[in-house]
Amino acid sequence: MTELKKANVYRGIPAAPGIRIAEAFLFKKDIERVVEEDILDVDKALENFNEALVKSKDELSKVFSLAVDKLGEKRAALFEAQIMILDDPILIKTIVDRIIDEKKNSEFIVNSEFLKYQNLMSMSEEPYMKERSHDIEDIKNRIIRNIRKKKWKSRITEEEIILVSNSLTPADTVLFSRLKVTGYVTNFGGLTSHAAIVARSLNVPAVVGLHEATENINNGDRLIIDGFNGIVVVNPDDEQLEFYQRKLKKLSQADIELAKLKDLPAITLDGKKIDILANLDMSEELELIIQNGGEGVGLMRTEQIFQEYDSFPSEEEQTTVYSNYAQKLYPLPLTIRAFDIGGDKVLPVDVREPNPMLGWRGIRFLLDNRSLFKSQVRAVLKASIHKNIKFMIPMVASFKEVKLTRVLFDECKNELTNEGVNFDNHMELGIMIEVPSAALMIKDLADEVDFFSIGTNDLIQYMLAVDRGNDIVSNQYQEFHPAIIRTLYFIISEAKKYETKVTLCGEMAADYIALPLLVGLGLDSISVSGSVIPHAKQIIRALNYKEISELVAVCLKYKTEKEIHDALDKFYFDKFGESSKEFYSN
Amino acid sequence: MIEEKVEIINNAGLHTRPAATIVKIAAQFESEFFIMKDGFSINGKSIIGVMTLAAAKGSIIKLTFDGIDEVEMSKAILEYFNRGFDEL
Repeated sequence: MTELKKANVYRGIPAAPGIRIAEAFLFKKDIERVVEEDILDVDKALENFNEALVKSKDELSKVFSLAVDKLGEKRAALFEAQIMILDDPILIKTIVDRIIDEKKNSEFIVNSEFLKYQNLMSMSEEPYMKERSHDIEDIKNRIIRNIRKKKWKSRITEEEIILVSNSLTPADTVLFSRLKVTGYVTNFGGLTSHAAIVARSLNVPAVVGLHEATENINNGDRLIIDGFNGIVVVNPDDEQLEFYQRKLKKLSQADIELAKLKDLPAITLDGKKIDILANLDMSEELELIIQNGGEGVGLMRTEQIFQEYDSFPSEEEQTTVYSNYAQKLYPLPLTIRAFDIGGDKVLPVDVREPNPMLGWRGIRFLLDNRSLFKSQVRAVLKASIHKNIKFMIPMVASFKEVKLTRVLFDECKNELTNEGVNFDNHMELGIMIEVPSAALMIKDLADEVDFFSIGTNDLIQYMLAVDRGNDIVSNQYQEFHPAIIRTLYFIISEAKKYETKVTLCGEMAADYIALPLLVGLGLDSISVSGSVIPHAKQIIRALNYKEISELVAVCLKYKTEKEIHDALDKFYFDKFGESSKEFYSN
Repeated sequence: MIEEKVEIINNAGLHTRPAATIVKIAAQFESEFFIMKDGFSINGKSIIGVMTLAAAKGSIIKLTFDGIDEVEMSKAILEYFNRGFDEL
């Protein structure tokens, strides 16, 4: 594709899918250059400083209430702390005293006082202290800007624009989400940065980590942003424009086609039905899931509730969150997964383990932290009154862990009964199958649980002994390794034999090439991200169960991943044609 | 003057939310209140100051209270520390 081999094409990390063509709006935080000046009128300087504090408080209160709306009270707590800084008696008194004593301009004193704290924070070895130092920088610049009585420089017009910036603070992202930003491009940030999360939930394409975006892009440049492939084209030529306009057109046709699938079930041509559930990380995604015709939530990751803020939510806070989601989804089912803490998701300040993926995580961590685990189980039970909640346990490796969980469950139920609290006594309890030992014990585990959910990401890592975050061996992480396919087959057939439902979450379910195989294996449901739902339905509705069962039988005989991969590729492209590759051009 | 040593016992340590709560409690009293860790002394009535402390679970910090209501103040603050910032 010569269109993408030109000098005006920049590549970054695709953080949110979609294609847009619009003008660039360069959002440059003025690095407030502060110069030391002697002043004559101390009273005027103090007045300016006080006005700036009031103005900053006003601005932040607006951001705060918006953030509560968009992100929930918990995540908004950060802004509350920022507001408190504006009222900090020690800080304010020191600044005022210094302005009077030193007779220097207030910007200079503010900058110098804040820097003392920022330096202390940067000295710390804790990574979250660096984040904190950025937050402090943000509020310092706000005060200085207001001392200079500059207007908030986000005079974004009615025109649709693509926002280009160095990085975005949480406050920026919340504010911009109200404006006509149709795409995000940033120098820094990864898939988990604030900008990326908000962009995905608002369905706005984003490319992050471009390093020199703000150097190479000027205000008013025409941009093409391709959030599927992480591509940004600056001032495209006719050929490039045409290429992307063609893609956009196909995309909108595809969207119309896909939208028609919303209310149709995922059923094969010969009548095998499979439920398409969704993975849920943040509340904004709920709308997309329902809009795309998801049949429930197959995996709600609860650790996200507090991941960005470094504390555990209380039982009451959890109850509110879970009830809220359950009500919005009703009558569709909501599968809540217990906190999967540890491993790659450790809290900022926590016990460091030499080998966290084989360490204290999932159900191991929960059973050792009974009060935390109980607060979650009780909250889930309290929220279960609508009878559409299911609960599942991550990282189960032994029968005993399930037994202990059952005991803890009964304890919580008894407590609630004694307290006179209502709950769904028949709420389904399931477990994740992601540790090979659990996969081999389906028969026994089936007696104890209502459903299984296969977590392919971890299952593959543990089965093949490959850390996919390790570049040296990551090519050994093969989702189509014969042992993986055979294990999936074993899990699903055993579960069926013992009449226990089985679903699959994990990236494999979102891999279009893998879908025919997964459906052919006989899963009852799959759980994918909200944006994948219509595509999955479209594929499944074109399949023939008999045909894909044969595909499975063939794949079970292969000895190498390549044979399986080739067979699946061939099957998919014979059926759907090369055009299905359209949007992914890499 | 009252001097006390306390251990941080909640998992997440002294993060933003407890920092804010400590300052809010301290603001209800007249006495002076300082937090000492790693050789630094931080005024406990200053949110930006308390936010500079990186205190993980298990770390020990020293608190001093000085003034007319130091007894009541130390009691209120210590209780909050010993409740693990209400996160146990």
